[in-house]
Amino acid sequence: MYSHTHHETNQPILDVSNLTVRYNGRNALEEINFHLHEGERVAVVGPNGAGKSTLFKVVAGVLQPNSGEVNIYGSRPRGHVCIGYIPQRNQVDWTFPVSVADVVMMGRSAKLGPFNWPHKKDWEFVNHALETVELSNLASRQINQLSGGQQQRMFIARALAQEAELMLMDEPLTGLDTPSQEGILNLLDRLKKERVTVMVATHDLDQAATHFDRIMLLNHRIVAFGNPAEVLHTENLLQAYGGRLKPVDGQNILNIDDCCDEGDDGHTH
Amino acid sequence: MDTLINTLLQPLQYEFMQRGMIAAVLVGIVCAVVGTYVVLRGMAFFGDALAHTVLPGIALGYLVSGGARDTLFWWALGTSIVAALGIGAISKNSQIKEDTAIGIIFAGMFALGIALISTVRSYAVDLSHFLFGDVLSVSTHSLWLILIFGGLVLLAVFSFYKEFMTLSFDPVLAATLRLPVGLLNNLLLTLIAVTVAVSLQTVGVALMVAMLVTPAATAYLLTHRLSHMMLLAAIFASLSGIIGLYLSFYLSIASGAAIVLTATVFFILAFVWKRIKQK
Repeated sequence: MYSHTHHETNQPILDVSNLTVRYNGRNALEEINFHLHEGERVAVVGPNGAGKSTLFKVVAGVLQPNSGEVNIYGSRPRGHVCIGYIPQRNQVDWTFPVSVADVVMMGRSAKLGPFNWPHKKDWEFVNHALETVELSNLASRQINQLSGGQQQRMFIARALAQEAELMLMDEPLTGLDTPSQEGILNLLDRLKKERVTVMVATHDLDQAATHFDRIMLLNHRIVAFGNPAEVLHTENLLQAYGGRLKPVDGQNILNIDDCCDEGDDGHTH
Repeated sequence: MDTLINTLLQPLQYEFMQRGMIAAVLVGIVCAVVGTYVVLRGMAFFGDALAHTVLPGIALGYLVSGGARDTLFWWALGTSIVAALGIGAISKNSQIKEDTAIGIIFAGMFALGIALISTVRSYAVDLSHFLFGDVLSVSTHSLWLILIFGGLVLLAVFSFYKEFMTLSFDPVLAATLRLPVGLLNNLLLTLIAVTVAVSLQTVGVALMVAMLVTPAATAYLLTHRLSHMMLLAAIFASLSGIIGLYLSFYLSIASGAAIVLTATVFFILAFVWKRIKQK
């Protein structure tokens, strides 16, 4: 078996302290401090290049921070398999010869351990996950044949099959039409009942305010973190977005001059 | 009908043709299965470079053993594994771009190989043997080596099927699942290296990349499942080996070239067929 860390469930699911990450001499993240409790849903909002993807990769244990600590249930992320990282859709090779069920089964690879093939139990996990995201009828499709919303739901199913307790979703709503976005958001509401903790990077302040328990406003450091009413002040937003934000009529109606389609930090690994 | 059967059976009267057929099919299957990952991960240039980098190793073995060919496999295997892991490490840590780094090493090593071989009097003949392969001179001893090492490669691909699939499709997922990513990457490089060593006598240094890439790419056009892609690629590669050797026998063309040309024709047919189907 591959070695995994066990949980101390009296600890916060995620505890980040004094986290700093540098890229090419510049600080991508500075002195990040926050913690999340089980079942919370948090929207991470900020301009392009604010470090959202970087934060997710560090939390997932894929990227090492220059200083500071990330703890999942009281221990470092490296040992945990309970973190589901859902990539931006433009970072996936959609021509890869796999079916929807194959991709969801990938979530089980660690639990299976080396030399093992999927057992009945693993197929039950996969089928149940596909049912939850309403993709059962497309299980044997090649992933290229899915719509954007279906692709995103497939990755959520993969995280469910992985038995992820913390789901990190990097801009899952970007580039989707409104019904697909609603579908994903409703799915996230349903996941709350299963005590899955969710962090979602998004550009849509309105959705962040209506569908999430807390909002983290990020621009290399945490500008504000709290419930939507506390966070979404013009002052905070101006601080996070700088010149790219144009208040309309002096009200809290905001217009963000920001292109959403590019990758977060302009680098790939 | 009788003439067809005669045409097919006549070459098989010769033992060198029988051994050649078996070698071409075995090598084809191993190359095709490993080549699936070479195609999916965009490693064609790496595969080509690796094959060329092996030349100085074989040349050295050739000089040391005074021209005996049976020990060359071990020299090829050693050089190939060292080169694969070396190129892997350099392309990860290099300041210059990966393909440039690979290009420099591969051309340098290839030149060293040619330089070494050129010190021998029968230079031209030997060099062309290494460059283009000679499946018809495969000995029973070599056949056993191909069977054993090719079998080990297939066993490893089968054993780590889900790990390699996950790693190739989504390296970040593999990392969050805490799969041993570095170890698996190096294992895959090693498998490609062993495949190169196993195939050297059949297709030679220069045409190796075709065996790794062409049947797998043909299969990629025709299926949407990884396991089916491996199976189809293996079938195309075996057929290419068999048909190629018949062509080689009856048309007196070089065996390695005939095999690769057959594989290329399969690819073109699949490509055209897919285009027509999509319309």
